[in-house]
Amino acid sequence: MPRGRIRAKIRRSTLYTFACSRFNPSKEDGPHNIQGPGYSRLVYCNQPHLHEHHPLKYCSNYISTTKYNIITFLPKALFEQFRRVANLYFLLAAALSLTAFSPFKPLPTIAPLVFVVGLSMAKEALEDWSRFIQDLKVNLRKVSLHKKDGEFDHKPWKKVRVGDIVKIEKDQFFPADLLLLSSSFEDGICYVETMNLDGETNLKVKRALESTLPLDDDPSFREFKATIKCEDPNPSLYTFVGNLEYNHQTYPIDPTQILLRDSKLRNTGYVYGVVIFTGHDSKVMQNATKSPSKRSTIEKQMDKVIYILFSLLVFISLISSVGFIRITKRELPNWWYLKVWDRKNTYFNPDKVLESGFYHLITALMLYGYLIPISLYVSIEVVKVLQAVFINQDINMYDEETGTPAQARTSNLNEELGQVDTILSDKTGTLTCNQMDFLKCSIAGNAYGTRASDVEIAAAKQMDMATDSDDQGQNGIQGSFKSFELETVITSKDEHASKAGIKGFSFEDSRLLNGNWLQEPNSDVILLFFRILSICHTAVPEQNEETGVFTYEAESPDEGSFLVAAREFGFEFCKRTQSSIFVKERYPSYQEPIKREFKLLNLLDFTSKRKRMSVIIRDESGQILLLCKGADSIIFDRLSKNGRTYEQATTKHLNDYGEAGLRTLALAYKKLDEAEYTAWNEEFNKAKTSVGGDREAMLERVSDKMERDLILVGATAVEDKLQKGVPQCIDKLAQAGLKIWVLTGDKMETAINIGFACSLLRQGMKQICVSSTNSDGLIPDPKKTVKDNILMQITNATQMIMLEKDPYAAFAVIIDGKTLTYALEDDMKYQFLNLAVQCASVICCRVSPKQKAVVTRLVKEGTGKITLAIGDGANDVGMIQAADIGVGISGCEGMQAVMASDFSIAQFRFLERLLVVHGHWCYKRIAQMICYFFYKNIAFGLTIFYFESFAGFSGQTVYDDNYMLVFNVVLTSLPVISLGVFEQDVDSEVCLQFPALYQQGAKNLFFDWYRIFGWMANGLYNSFTAFFLNISVFSDKAFRVGGQTADMNAVGTSMLTCIIWAVNCQIALTMSHFTWIQHIFIWGSVATLYLFLLVYGMMVGHLQTASPVLLEVLAPAPVYWSITLSVTVACILPYLVHISFHRMFYPLDHHVIQEMKYYKKDIMDQRMWTRERSKARQSTKIGFTARVDARIRMLKEKMMQRRFSMHKSVLPR
Amino acid sequence: MEMEGGSSSTSIGIQNDTVSLRQRRSKFMHQFTQQNLPACKPVLTPPWVISMFFVFGVIFIPIGLLCLHASQSVVEIVYRYDAECVPEPLRSNKLAYIKDSSIPKNCTKHFKIQKHMTAPIYIYYQLDNYYQNHRRYVKSRSDQQLLHGLKYDGISTCSPEDVNNGHPVVPCGLIAWSLFNDTYTFFRGIDELRVNRKNIAWQSDRDHKFGKEVYPFNFQNGTLIGGANLDPNIPLSDQEDLIVWMRTAALPTFRKLYGRIEENLDADDVISVNLLNNYNTYSFSGSKTLVLSTSSWLGGRNNFLGMAYVAIGTSFIFIASIFLLLHVKNSRSYGDTTNLSWNWK
Repeated sequence: MPRGRIRAKIRRSTLYTFACSRFNPSKEDGPHNIQGPGYSRLVYCNQPHLHEHHPLKYCSNYISTTKYNIITFLPKALFEQFRRVANLYFLLAAALSLTAFSPFKPLPTIAPLVFVVGLSMAKEALEDWSRFIQDLKVNLRKVSLHKKDGEFDHKPWKKVRVGDIVKIEKDQFFPADLLLLSSSFEDGICYVETMNLDGETNLKVKRALESTLPLDDDPSFREFKATIKCEDPNPSLYTFVGNLEYNHQTYPIDPTQILLRDSKLRNTGYVYGVVIFTGHDSKVMQNATKSPSKRSTIEKQMDKVIYILFSLLVFISLISSVGFIRITKRELPNWWYLKVWDRKNTYFNPDKVLESGFYHLITALMLYGYLIPISLYVSIEVVKVLQAVFINQDINMYDEETGTPAQARTSNLNEELGQVDTILSDKTGTLTCNQMDFLKCSIAGNAYGTRASDVEIAAAKQMDMATDSDDQGQNGIQGSFKSFELETVITSKDEHASKAGIKGFSFEDSRLLNGNWLQEPNSDVILLFFRILSICHTAVPEQNEETGVFTYEAESPDEGSFLVAAREFGFEFCKRTQSSIFVKERYPSYQEPIKREFKLLNLLDFTSKRKRMSVIIRDESGQILLLCKGADSIIFDRLSKNGRTYEQATTKHLNDYGEAGLRTLALAYKKLDEAEYTAWNEEFNKAKTSVGGDREAMLERVSDKMERDLILVGATAVEDKLQKGVPQCIDKLAQAGLKIWVLTGDKMETAINIGFACSLLRQGMKQICVSSTNSDGLIPDPKKTVKDNILMQITNATQMIMLEKDPYAAFAVIIDGKTLTYALEDDMKYQFLNLAVQCASVICCRVSPKQKAVVTRLVKEGTGKITLAIGDGANDVGMIQAADIGVGISGCEGMQAVMASDFSIAQFRFLERLLVVHGHWCYKRIAQMICYFFYKNIAFGLTIFYFESFAGFSGQTVYDDNYMLVFNVVLTSLPVISLGVFEQDVDSEVCLQFPALYQQGAKNLFFDWYRIFGWMANGLYNSFTAFFLNISVFSDKAFRVGGQTADMNAVGTSMLTCIIWAVNCQIALTMSHFTWIQHIFIWGSVATLYLFLLVYGMMVGHLQTASPVLLEVLAPAPVYWSITLSVTVACILPYLVHISFHRMFYPLDHHVIQEMKYYKKDIMDQRMWTRERSKARQSTKIGFTARVDARIRMLKEKMMQRRFSMHKSVLPR
Repeated sequence: MEMEGGSSSTSIGIQNDTVSLRQRRSKFMHQFTQQNLPACKPVLTPPWVISMFFVFGVIFIPIGLLCLHASQSVVEIVYRYDAECVPEPLRSNKLAYIKDSSIPKNCTKHFKIQKHMTAPIYIYYQLDNYYQNHRRYVKSRSDQQLLHGLKYDGISTCSPEDVNNGHPVVPCGLIAWSLFNDTYTFFRGIDELRVNRKNIAWQSDRDHKFGKEVYPFNFQNGTLIGGANLDPNIPLSDQEDLIVWMRTAALPTFRKLYGRIEENLDADDVISVNLLNNYNTYSFSGSKTLVLSTSSWLGGRNNFLGMAYVAIGTSFIFIASIFLLLHVKNSRSYGDTTNLSWNWK
C-alpha cells in the first residue's frame, strides 16, 4: 500500500443513514420473483468453466469497437465506398472503358477511381486500426483473477469469464459488471466513481450483501460456490434485478451490489466481486451505439447537385443518341467515305440503328462524364486532409500543459464546423475541471474572500469595454457604471500576486488567515463556522508520510475543498474513528495545535432530495451540537427565530456569489440539551431498525424533526473550477450565434451553478424548471398523469414565452433526466423541443448517456440544424456519435470520447477557434471549391457536347485524349486545391474579433442553390463562349500568314488553352487571399499547359497522336494568342461584373471588413475598429457580455427611476 | 594557430548562415502551418474596377479594328463548282454522272480578278457537309503504319479499310482511302500559272509522321475505289496532298490547302481554271468550292475575330460607364461600417 494509512477497518456504513441503508430481508421483501423472458441469465459463481459450453456460454470479455476485421474489411469497406452513387457510376464507367464503347483509353478512367477508393479505404483502415489498438489496450489490462484454491493471479481483461471471482484494488477500473461480494471495509461497502458511465463526479456507495461479507480474503474463495439468477443484458445503468443463491438461501440483488464495467474503485482498499456480465453484455457496452459514418451537410447537398448534373448528363447523352440515330439512319448510308455497309460495323450500323444507338448512349455517358468529375472527389479528399493537417498544426489549439494538439480525427466534417447551430456540451471535464476551490465565505453577515471568480474577472473586463465604447451621452449614468465597475474590479486586481495555490483553496483575505480571525468582532461565530467545516462531512483523512500533510478522500469535491479550507484556517481534520472525529486546532497564541476530539453521535447524510447533511456531536465540554450544511433555501426554511440575525446579509452575499458563478452552501448549527437529544435519538434508532418500505420515509421524518430551529452561521462559496477560458469561449460562441445546451449527469443544483458560472444562466433570467412530481401509487395510471403534468408544464412555459413582451427577457429551461424520459417520447418531444429552442439556454441534468444521445438526435432531427456535441468521458460517446459533429476533449483520462469523436481538442476553449476560425474557413473553402469545380467541369464538359453536334454525334472529341486526361489531373487541380486549402476571406484574428462572421456559414450563404446555379450558369456561358468563338475564328479560313487552315487538333488545342486561361483567371477572381503559393499554383497551371503542349509536341514520332501543335502550328499564329485573350476576357466578364456589382452595392460583412483592412482603417481608426468589434455579434442572451448588458440595462432603469422619482419629489414643491 | 583561428571563424560564419537559414525556414514553416503567410489581398474597389474595365475596353477596340483591317485587306475568290461542272443533261442525276468513269470530268471556268492579289495566292478546295470529324472516320488510320509502312502490322484500327485481297493496304484506313482527287490547273490568258504544290503540309508531319521509306502498297485496289490513287514510287512523306488530307478537319465545312500561285494577279486579269471534277460529294449533297485567297498576318478573310474584339471592348466601356454612373450617383464609401450587417437597422 502506498503512503502510510492510518485508517483502521471501520464500519463505514454507520456514517450513512440513508444512502445505503441495510434492511434485513423480511418475508414481504423476499427474493425477486425471477422468471419468464428477460430473466434467463444463470451465473455459477466461482465456476467459470461451466460457462464454457452451451447453453451457459456467454460472450467473452473481449471487446471490439472496430467496424471491420481482417476478413470483412475488404468487402465491407468496398461496399461502403460503392454505396456512394457517384462511385458506382465511376466504377461502371471504368468497367465500360475496357470495352470498345469507350471513347477514351481505359487508364484515365480507372486510375483515379482506384486512387479515390483506395484513399478513402486507407483512411477507414487507419481509423479502424487505431480503434483496434485502443481495444487491445483495454483488453490487455490486467486484473487479479481467482485461479483455484484461493490463489489469485493477474490475467488480462479479455480472459475474464462469467462466474470468475476478481479482486479489484483501489483506483482500478472494473473489468466487467460485477456483483460486489466484500470489500476492505468490514461492512462491505465501497466507493465507486462512475464518471465514465454517467459523468457524475460524486462517489457512489455500493455495499455487499450481508451473507457474502465473510468472503474478504483470498483463501476464503477456495470453497465458495453460489448461483446468480438475473436479468439478461440490458442498457439500463440504474436498474438490476437478480437473486443470489448461496448456502441454500436466496438473497435479492439490487443495483447497490452491482459494480459496472468502466467505473472505478475509489477510497476503498480492494473489493471482491463475481463477474455477471462480460464484454458486450456489460451495461456500458450495451449503452454504446455503433459509430456511424458521418457526412457533412455540404456533401449531402453536393450529392443533390451531382444528381442534377447526372440528369443533365443523361439528358445530353439522350440528345446525342437521338441525334446519332437520326443521322446514322438518314445520312450515314450516303456518306460513302465511312463505308458503313461494312460487315464488321456494329457501332454505326444504319440497319440496326437502335442497337447502335444504345451503344452510342453508353459511349456518350462516358464521353460527357466530365460533367461529374471523379477528380472532384479526389480533390475534396485531398483538400480535407490538408485542412485537417492545418487544424492539427494550429499552435493556438495546442495545449502546452498536456502537450496535446487539436486533432481532426475524421477529415470529412471540416466544413461542417462552419455551420454549427447548436452545441451540446457535457459538463464535468468539459466545462469544468472537476475541481472545487474554496473562494469566499460569509460569516455572521460579513463577506470574506477578496479574490474574484473567473466569471467576475471576465465580466469586469467586459464591463470595461462596454463602458468605454458607450462613452457618448448619458454622462450621469456613466458615473454609476464606473462605481459599479470599481466594485467588481477591485477584487480582481490583486490576483496572481498570491502564492502558488493550494489545490481546492483559493481563498484570500488576511482578516481570516493566519489566525487573524480572532481579532474579528464575531470571532465566536467564525470559530463555529470553521468547526462546521472541519466536522460536518463524511470524508476520511490520509496523511502523506513524507510531508505530514493531510489529504482527504471525500465523497464530493466540495467537501474536500471545505476540509482543505478548514485546514488552512487552522482546523485540521486529522483522524476519524468509528465514533469520533479528531481536529487539530491551531491558534496563534499557542505554539502547538490543540487536538480536540468530537464524539460523533449521529450523522444524517446528504441526499439529493434532502439537500443537506448534519452531524450531531458532543464536544469536549460535553455540549451536544447539531452542525448542518445544506442548500441555502433549505437551511433558511429551518432557521429558528433567533437564528435569523444574519439572514438578510447572508442572503445578499449568497446572491452575489450566485451571480459570480459560485456554488453556495449555508451553514447552521443548533445546541441541544441532553434530554432533547436522548429522546430524539431513541426515535431515530427506532426508525433506523424498522423494517419495511416506509423506513426511509420514517428516517427522513425523524431527521427532519431534528434539523429545525437552526441558527445561521454563514455561507460558503466554492468555485467549481471552470476550465481555462470557458466563460470567454462560451461568450464568443454565443456571440457567433451558437446555442449552447448543457447535458450533464450531475445533480440539478450543480448544473444550475455551472450554468451561472458559464453565464448560461444569470440573475433575472426566467428559469423554467420542468420536473416530474413524484406521483404516488394511488393514481390509477401514474405514467399518464406524470406525462400530462409535464406536458402541461411545457405548454404553460411555451405560452409564457409567447406572451412575453420584453425583448430582453431571457428564459432558461432546466429539465432532469427522469422528466426527460417522458419528454422525449414521440408524442411530446416536439413540444419539448419547441420550448427548448425558444429558450436562451437549456440545461438537462441527471441524464443517462443514452438520453444524451437521444436529446442530441432530437435537436439534430427536430430543428434540422447542425449540432455539435462535445464531451470528455465514455458517457458522452453516445451523444458524440449522434451529433453531426462530435468533439472529444483529449488529455484527460479515458479515451473513449476521443475515440468516438470526429475532432478532439485538449480544452473546451479551443472550440472557439476550431469553429470560428477553422470552421468558417473550411466552410467557405469547401463551398467555393465545390461550386468552382462544377463550373469548371461544365465549362469544359459542355464543349465536348457542342462539338458532338458538329461531328454527327459520333462520339468524337475535339480534344486529344491526353488533353482530357491532363485537364482535370494536371491543369486545373492544383489551383482548386489551393483554393480549398489556403483561401481566407479574412484572417484568423478578424474571424475571432468579429464572431458574427460565423453566421455566414450557419446561414449557408456560400452554398445555396442561387450560388450553385449561378456558377453552373457561368460554366454554361463559358463553355459556349469558348466553343463558339473558337470555331468561328478557326472555322474554314486560314488562320496563319502561311495560309494553312486549322485541323481538329489545332482547334482543340486552342479551345483547351482558352478554357484553361478562363478557369484559372476565374479562380483568381474567386480568391481574396494570395500568397505566393496560390500564385504559383494558378499561373503555374497556365504555364504547365504550355509546357505540356511543348513536351507533348516533342514526343512526335514516339507517341501516336502527338504532334508539335503548339510550336509549329499555333504559337506563330497571332490568331491563337488573340483568341486566347478575347475568350478569357469574355469568359470572366460576367463574373467580374457580378462580383464588382455585388461588392459595390450589396456588400457582405467580410467584404466590408476586407475593405477596412485594405484601407488600414483598423490601424488608423482604432476606436471605430474596437467599436465594430464589440458590435459584431449576434444578439444573444447568454454569455457574460449579455449578462453585463443586462446589468447595465438594469442600472440604467434604476437610474431612470431614481431620476424620475427625484423629479416627482421636486416638482410638487 | 592563426590558421586554426581563421578556419574556426569561417566555420562559425557558415554555422551562422545555416542557423539563419534554418531560422528562416522554420519561420516559414511556422507561418505556413499557422496559415499566416504574407499575402496580398486585393480588393475590388470602384476606381479599380472602373478603370480596369475602361482599360480593357480601350485596349480591345483598337485591336479589334486592327484585326478587321487585316481581314478586310485579304482578297478572296470563291467559286462553287460542284453543280456547275455537271453537264446540263446529267444534273438530274449527279450521282450517276460522278460514278460513271467513262464521262469526262473536265470543267473550265473563267474569273475576272476584282482586286489586285499579291503573291502568294493560296488555292484551297472547300468541302461542305463532309464529316471528316466523324469518329468512325477519324479513328480509321494507323499512325504507326504511316511511319513504318509494312513493317507494322497492327492495323486493325484501320478497319474497314485495312486489308485488301489478303494484303495490308498502305496507307490504310478510311481517311487515306477517301483522299480528295479533284485537280485544278490555272491559266492567265493562255499561260499556265505555275501552282506550287510543295510545302503545303506541316513540316513535322513530313518529318515525323509519314515515313520516308514507306511507299503506297495495295492502295485503291479494292472493288470500291474511294478517292485519289497514289504514285507507288513516291514515299508517303512526299505525298503532301495525302498529308494535308489526313489532318482531319474539326468541322463539316472545311478548306484544305491545294497549292500556291507565286505570282501577283492584277485587277481585271482573267483567270481560267481547268478542273477535274472527280470527287463524289453528290451522294451526300455536299458542295465543293474552289477558293483563291491572299493572306494577312491574321490569315484568311475572317471578320469574326475583329468583331468579337470590338464587341467585347465596347461592352467593357459600356459596363464601365454604367458602373461609373452608379458609383457617382449611389456610391458607398468603402470600408464604411454602416454596411455591416450588425449595423443595419
